[in-house]
Amino acid sequence: MSSETLLTVKNLEVTFNTPKGKVHAVRGVSFDLGRERLGIVGESGSGKSQTGRAILGLTAANGTIRAEKMQFRDVDLANLKPKQWRKVRGARISMIMQDPKYSLNPVMTIGDQIIEAYREHHKVNAKEARLRALEMLEAVKIRDPERVFNAYPHETSGGMGQRVMIAMMLIPDPELIIADEPTSALDVTVQLQVMAILDDLVRDRGMALIFISHDLQLISSFCDRVLVMYQGHVVEELRASELHNAKHPYTKGLLNCLPKMDGDHSDLPTLEREASWAEG
Amino acid sequence: MIEISKLNAWFDDNHVLKDVDISVPANGSFGLVGESGSGKSTVLRTVTGLVDDWEGTITVKGKKLGPKRDKDFYRLAQMVFQDPFGSLHPRHTIDRILTEPVNIHGLGNSDARVVEALTQVGLDNAFRFRYPHQLSGGQRQRVAIARALILEPKILLLDEPTSALDVSIQAEVLNLLGRLRRDLGLTYIMVSHDLAVVAHMCDDIAIMNHGRIVERATAGQLAEGTLEHPYSQQLYKAAGGYDRAVVDTFVDWD
Repeated sequence: MSSETLLTVKNLEVTFNTPKGKVHAVRGVSFDLGRERLGIVGESGSGKSQTGRAILGLTAANGTIRAEKMQFRDVDLANLKPKQWRKVRGARISMIMQDPKYSLNPVMTIGDQIIEAYREHHKVNAKEARLRALEMLEAVKIRDPERVFNAYPHETSGGMGQRVMIAMMLIPDPELIIADEPTSALDVTVQLQVMAILDDLVRDRGMALIFISHDLQLISSFCDRVLVMYQGHVVEELRASELHNAKHPYTKGLLNCLPKMDGDHSDLPTLEREASWAEG
Repeated sequence: MIEISKLNAWFDDNHVLKDVDISVPANGSFGLVGESGSGKSTVLRTVTGLVDDWEGTITVKGKKLGPKRDKDFYRLAQMVFQDPFGSLHPRHTIDRILTEPVNIHGLGNSDARVVEALTQVGLDNAFRFRYPHQLSGGQRQRVAIARALILEPKILLLDEPTSALDVSIQAEVLNLLGRLRRDLGLTYIMVSHDLAVVAHMCDDIAIMNHGRIVERATAGQLAEGTLEHPYSQQLYKAAGGYDRAVVDTFVDWD
C-alpha cells in the first residue's frame, strides 16, 4: 500500500425516510483509502452496500447522506452538484454491481454499451472506440470478442456478463472501482476466474478497489485490508492477513459459524449478537 | 430408503441426467454437489415428480415410482426449495401456508399440527398469523421447513436450503436440519453448490458435472482432500478462497 490517500471518508451517515420512520443504514463510518484493495464485509442490512453507494452519490431519493468529510483526491464528494457528479461517476470512480442481468441494457448490443461508456468520457471517433472496446473485451479474457461485441446481454452466461460489466466499468480508466458483490451470483470457479481478471486489471492499471461482499473468507483472501460492518458501524478494521487474529466477537462469530470440511457433523457455533455492538 | 439407478432425464432434446446412481440408507444424509447446470437439482426434481421425461428406476421405501406420484408419496417425501422468498405464497398467512398441506391430506387437527410444526423449527407462535414479507429470510426458510415437516415425512429433499441466507443464519438453519434428522429419524438428500455445507451435513457425497456423477466421496475423504477426479479437485481448491496461482490452473468443463 502506498502512503498516498485517494479517498477519505469521515463520519459517514446515511439515513432513509420510510413510511415506518427513519432508518439509519450507515452510522459514522470512517476510513482512508490508498491505492489498495479494501474489503467491506457484513451481512444483509449491515450498511456495506449503502456505504459504497454513498461514495458515488447513488443513495436512493428518500435517503440523505451526511459526512464530516468525503474527499476524493481534489474533489469534495460531500458537496457536488449533479453536473459535477457526471464528471466523477464512470470517469474517475465507477461501480460494478452484483447482477449483470439487471445492470446491462437488454435492448442494446454489448459492443454498443461498452462504446457508449467509453465515448461518454473520451472524445474519439466511432472506429477508434470500437477498437478500444474489442481490446477491452479481450482484456477481460473473452475468447471470441467479435461475437460477444455483437451479442445482446441475454445471449451471454452469468460469468461472461460480469466480465462485460468489468470491461464497461474499466474502459474509461477510473482511479477507483467500487465492486458490490460482483461475483456472488456466480459459480465458485467462475467467481474466482472473474476475480482474477479484476485482480490483474486493477493491479496493471494501478487502480484502487473497494470490494463489498458478505463472504469474509473470500474477501480476506483477495483484499489487503478489511472493514467488518455490523448494523451500520465498522466494528473492526484489520489487515486481511491478520484475519485469524480478529478481536471483535462479531468477526470471530462470522468466522466460526462457517461449515468446514473437517468431517465433523456436530452443531456449528451460532452467532450470539450483543446489543452493544450496534452502539459503535 | 432411496435407491436411484440408471436415472436419465431430458429437457426436450437436452440430455440433462446421465446414468445417475444414488443409494441413501434410512436416516442417512446424501449430498449432491456441483455448479449450475450440473443436474444436481434435477435429480431432486425428478424424484419429487417435477420432471416428466425420465428413464431409470427410482425406489423409495421399497416402492418403485411410476410416472405419477400419489398422495402417499408426498406424505413420505417432501421438498424444501432454495429461495424462501419465492416458495411461500405472499398473500397467505403462515397459518394458512401450513394448514394447506394438512387439509389436502385430510389429516385433521390442523391447529395442533401448526403449533407443533412451528415449535419444531424454533419459531414462536407469534409468527403464526403473519405474512411472509413480515419475516426475515431465515425465518421464511424455517417456515418452508415447517411446511415440509407438517406431513410427518420420513424423507426431506433439500435443494440449496441455505444458499440465500447470511452465514450466521445458515449456521442456525443447518443446525436445525441436523437436529431434526437426529430427533425425527429423517433421511436427507441435500443439493448444494457449497462443498463445505455438504461436507458438514452429509455422510456420502457425489460430485456432479454435466449431468453425470464424476466422483463419490465420504465426508472423511473430503476432510482429507483426497479427491481423484480433476473436476472435483478443482471444486475443492475453489472452496479454499482466492489464490491467483490456483485460478490459473482452472480448466473449463464445457
